[in-house]
Amino acid sequence: MSTIWKLGVIRGIVFGLVGTVAGMAITMLLRTALGLSAWNSGQATALGSFVGLIAYLGGLGAFNGWVGWVLGWPEKEHDATELPNWTRYFGFHTNHKTIGVQYMVTSLLVIIVAGIYQLIARLETAQPGLQFMTPRTYNSLISLHGIMMLGAVLLGISGMINYLVPLMIGARDMAFPRLNALSYWVTPPSVLFFLFSLPAGGFDTGWTAYAPLSVRAPLGMQFMLLAFYLVGWSSILGSVNFLTTIFKLRAPGMGLFRMPIFVWATLATAFLQLIFTQFVGIAFLMVLLERLTPLGFFDPNKGGNVILYQHLFWIYSHPAVYIFVLPGLGVISEVVPVFSRKPLFGYRAVALSSLGIALGGALVWGHHMFAAGMESWLRIPFMFTTLLVAVPTGVKIFSWLATMWLGKIHLDTPMLFALTAIVVFLIGGITGVPNGIVPVDLYVHDTYWVTSHFHHTLFGGFVFPMMAAIYFWFPKVTGRLLNERLGKVHWSVMTAGFFITYEPMFWLGLNGMRRRIVDYDPAMGLGTMNLVTTIGGYLIALSMLVFFINLVASLWRGATASANPWRSRTLEWQVSSPPPGENFPVPPRVVGSPYGYGIPGSVHVIVSPTGGSGEKQAT
Amino acid sequence: MNMVTSITTDWEDRGAINRVGLWLFILSDSFLFIAIIFTRFYLQGVQRPSELNQLLGFVISVVLLLSSLFAYRGETAAAYGDIRRFRYNILATIGLGSLFLVGVGVEWAEGFRFFPPSTGFGTVFFTLTGFHAFHVFTGILGLLLILLPGQKKRLGEGSYWGVEAMVKYWHFVDVAWVFIFPTLYLVS
Repeated sequence: MSTIWKLGVIRGIVFGLVGTVAGMAITMLLRTALGLSAWNSGQATALGSFVGLIAYLGGLGAFNGWVGWVLGWPEKEHDATELPNWTRYFGFHTNHKTIGVQYMVTSLLVIIVAGIYQLIARLETAQPGLQFMTPRTYNSLISLHGIMMLGAVLLGISGMINYLVPLMIGARDMAFPRLNALSYWVTPPSVLFFLFSLPAGGFDTGWTAYAPLSVRAPLGMQFMLLAFYLVGWSSILGSVNFLTTIFKLRAPGMGLFRMPIFVWATLATAFLQLIFTQFVGIAFLMVLLERLTPLGFFDPNKGGNVILYQHLFWIYSHPAVYIFVLPGLGVISEVVPVFSRKPLFGYRAVALSSLGIALGGALVWGHHMFAAGMESWLRIPFMFTTLLVAVPTGVKIFSWLATMWLGKIHLDTPMLFALTAIVVFLIGGITGVPNGIVPVDLYVHDTYWVTSHFHHTLFGGFVFPMMAAIYFWFPKVTGRLLNERLGKVHWSVMTAGFFITYEPMFWLGLNGMRRRIVDYDPAMGLGTMNLVTTIGGYLIALSMLVFFINLVASLWRGATASANPWRSRTLEWQVSSPPPGENFPVPPRVVGSPYGYGIPGSVHVIVSPTGGSGEKQAT
Repeated sequence: MNMVTSITTDWEDRGAINRVGLWLFILSDSFLFIAIIFTRFYLQGVQRPSELNQLLGFVISVVLLLSSLFAYRGETAAAYGDIRRFRYNILATIGLGSLFLVGVGVEWAEGFRFFPPSTGFGTVFFTLTGFHAFHVFTGILGLLLILLPGQKKRLGEGSYWGVEAMVKYWHFVDVAWVFIFPTLYLVS
């Protein structure tokens, strides 16, 4: 019993429940004092969630370190805890590797739920006519699918970055370990809020939560707004950590142009998160405020303007796409040289292209609003900047192709996923060009064409690279290899499932299939292709099942991994699998490029396990 | 359960790391104000109701800027380990900051009469001043924290990172007001 109580998460839940009830009670007292009716579900849940969140974090122990610092308590170096090892995943633990795994597992759980939502919704649209669903349920399911998947992507990239970046740059941990743990621990309540949304009435706005519909949607809307607001803060605090870590904690000799591309991608992503997340935060807060208070940001009767929401929302949500895909593209740049046994082609250009994409992507948000009644003189500038983003993205694609050219390619599972990612991302990029051109966009706007384009970029930029990353780094994280045969089954079913799902969607979109509709006219002849798309979606789900079986089985009794099973040169592979608690007993010395595969005498890093003799060179 | 891992080593300077983190946070937070200032111009252009009390706005601006001066003096005193002057100056900062909040409260009372939150300018005014007042409030809380005895001991040892962080945050909140004041009170 006392062991259970020592788990931070249990204390957090108990404190959180008490706090939520207290917050609701405060709301009711305040309303009674103001002479209003005591119960207002929106205000009660909002304040209840807020107070509950603070209490939960307190119960978890998130503030212990800071409170101790403020009050001047002596700092505890290492709490000699007799609890078993697994318990650290259920408490406020500050090691970046623990946090990386926590993020990743949470991300995969959210992906399962959000995927199931869409699988249910796809059954409805497989045939014309209303089968078994009300329009509101359908819209709630697809909206939650969208926003929860985006939350899962943010968690997923945080997981990869947390685990990998300190190892790759030769640091012992993140710059602010406590802040890092706090960034993770606000996400479980956020997941909970996402799950509350459907029972609380759902919401029918689509994932974008456009005003004024979002101002009028049921209580489920509010839970979604709160949930994503929390993920947003987690993301901002995380980015402060990532940037500071990259700027200040690199090992001796690790100049900016000796960093692995994944670290460069993190740099670009973190800048976008740091700056632009504020905009979606304030947009969501404005919707909340308009729902809960007399303020009127979007209601024209109160002097508001609905287009304001779209500006604030897309100033974040377009760069957000680059936040999502840049780390994935970084993973491809890590995987391709290792399995081609060749240096990465055009290292400097690829490194800077991440920043180029980030900069360009920051100035294109208006292309989401060509059909929205935005100021019409803004259309041409936004069209121009949108098409410009293709340039740095092309740099990356050509770099991967040139890296593989005449290489000794090994088709292990990570490489297979990286190859699919390149193809899918390329299709996603090319189908984005017509969307960026105003006259074409007016025609394809809000059709399945756009949905398919978006899923190509996110599957190519996040899902397939994340799979590559999991197959690639699983041995490093767990000390066990994933099963290659199951991995190849997973890859082939998932790749096939992806193309069967999304290529027909282009055709559907061009033939008039609108997104976010529960039903369509049988006379349009869209039934067959919609059925094919649904079947493809279930194939993807099947492949994920294989993947999870592989994860569990390999974790349980997979082959033991050596320190460097893929013969990679980057720093994380030069320590044991799994890495020791503080990564490097002494700082490693970086002496060259991380990608000198096949170049005689090329050395990236010198790691000395004991600090003196026995230096090991990574070649 | 709470394992605090000290990651400071010979090749890392804790103070410099903290400073980078603080500046990044301030950079991020400034975009919150940029977004709301953008909202002001997007919804209301440069319109301004004549009932807005420009004199009061000017007075509280002066009060807030003065508080920054005392904050700076407090930080300098902390850097020299002069604990008595540090405390006086930070207390003066807190006092002026609280006076600013009282001024905003008076503004709000007038605002509720002349341009309530359900009107165009009211929405912008209450949001912008509200978010800023929240920042001033958190700043005051932070300044109170560094006056606690725990920090006094640290100052005696020559380490004043907590003071530096809170004072920098306080300056940031002041600079934000330097942009907010003309946005709400002066343009027309």
